[in-house]
Amino acid sequence: MTSVIHDIGYRHYDGPRLGRAYAVRSLFTHNLRAAYGLGRPVKAKIMPFLLFTIMLLPAAISVAITALASSIGSGQSINLIRYSAYAVYLQPLIAIFLAAQSPVLASRDLRFHVTPLYFSRPLSRLDYVLAKYGALTAALFILLGTPITILFIGALATKQKHLGTHALDWAGGLVGCLMFALVLAAIGLVVAAFTPRRGFGVTAVMAVYLISTAAVTSIQGIAESQTKFGVARWAGVFTPFNLVDDVQVWALGAKSSSPEPPPSGLGGPVFTLVCVAVVAGSLAILYQRFRKAGAR
Amino acid sequence: MNTIAYITFRGMLGRRRALLLFILPAVLLLLSIGLRVTGNADLDTAAALLTQFGLGALLPLLALLAGTGVIGPEIDDGQIMYLMTKPIARPIISTTKYLVAVALVVGFGVVPIFVSGLIMNGLTAGLASGFALGALVGGIAYCALFVALAVMSRFAVTIGLIYALVWENLIGRYASGARTLSVRQWAISVTDLGTNATSVTSEVHGSTAVPLLIVLTVLGVAVAGWKLRTLSITGSD
Repeated sequence: MTSVIHDIGYRHYDGPRLGRAYAVRSLFTHNLRAAYGLGRPVKAKIMPFLLFTIMLLPAAISVAITALASSIGSGQSINLIRYSAYAVYLQPLIAIFLAAQSPVLASRDLRFHVTPLYFSRPLSRLDYVLAKYGALTAALFILLGTPITILFIGALATKQKHLGTHALDWAGGLVGCLMFALVLAAIGLVVAAFTPRRGFGVTAVMAVYLISTAAVTSIQGIAESQTKFGVARWAGVFTPFNLVDDVQVWALGAKSSSPEPPPSGLGGPVFTLVCVAVVAGSLAILYQRFRKAGAR
Repeated sequence: MNTIAYITFRGMLGRRRALLLFILPAVLLLLSIGLRVTGNADLDTAAALLTQFGLGALLPLLALLAGTGVIGPEIDDGQIMYLMTKPIARPIISTTKYLVAVALVVGFGVVPIFVSGLIMNGLTAGLASGFALGALVGGIAYCALFVALAVMSRFAVTIGLIYALVWENLIGRYASGARTLSVRQWAISVTDLGTNATSVTSEVHGSTAVPLLIVLTVLGVAVAGWKLRTLSITGSD
């Protein structure tokens, strides 16, 4: 018996095929929206927007206090929060945002085994990883950059002295935010991609941040009291916020806000290389991870 | 009850989460061995490490992992239905799971903190035993809080993190009032009662800390049991 494929009258698709760039762009937008819970139920929006609001509060308060102080004429002694220090001061909140939202991007596709659906499109594994990484980086950049921009607008509105320096510092601060976002997103995605179970990824990302920070702070405190300042400074490489802040200090000439400035001499370049290595290594691991998961 | 405990233990220790359970105390032990070997392990340093790292990071993180891990994922993927449809009182289910969480915190948190104290100082000034006591009561209270959170909300882990990091760490650093309602300070206060080392000082007096610890624990266990009775299962994300 011979089989026949009957034409039962379905219409063919002969419109334009949107291709790979379109797929990458869609994935990026979708994930950026997902990082803030947009296009998802209200419950998914609460956490990111709550954290985003709390992130803005210190900046708004700082602007309000400065405005008040300058209106009663004692504006000399009160300064806005430094642009480059903002992320370091509020690092617990940023870490919570990272921990809460990176599983949203990295774990769910693995948990529900839908990666084959993505890879049946004209989208390579690398495109997929880069789109996710870019989306989380953008989400973090928005989280970090918005309060700094509010500070800058506050500086303009309250007519601070040396506005030119302010503009430069603000631009430097934004570059710093981008570096924070790049490094943090890389760490968060890798950890979350290996812990697909719900809730567990959050704890795992948090554990990496909290354990490294607590251990390094303890070591730095002990090394300081033993006057081994070199050890204290080099220890900063093992915790993300101190690492990136030291790169900021070295590369952008920012004032140090974390417990330890970078080691003199080779310190700055080495710390920068470590940042690059973290990002490149994380992307390589993610690529391996999703290649394997996709093949299953 | 034994079966529930057995299943919960297997769920906690059989997956990758077990790796994290082992890594967290391992970091503490490595640090304390490092301090001992380099000869920096005096009483003040040991107390600082155990307060900052032991009670400040290890304990809340372990309790969060154990407290939410024993019940959260099951509620999330609906597997809890298979337990709840059995003729077992629901408060017994939540209490059993709570006891498992406490056992895990004792095994992976309290014992390593005690051993770390021993490595650095032996039994001098009751430092090791004092911190073990503080970690034990702190762990019991943290677990009650986090199990209750896990039954109440799908975002238990994030809420718990906000409490431990933003409230106890960030706000507690600047506002002294926040320190009165902080499990970490209560644990330090109990540690203070158990050790002679002068470097351990708490701002919350023992007579405040101990009743609050008991209230939080009883309340947490009760709320978890009560909430589980009226739990509705909704689809996961």
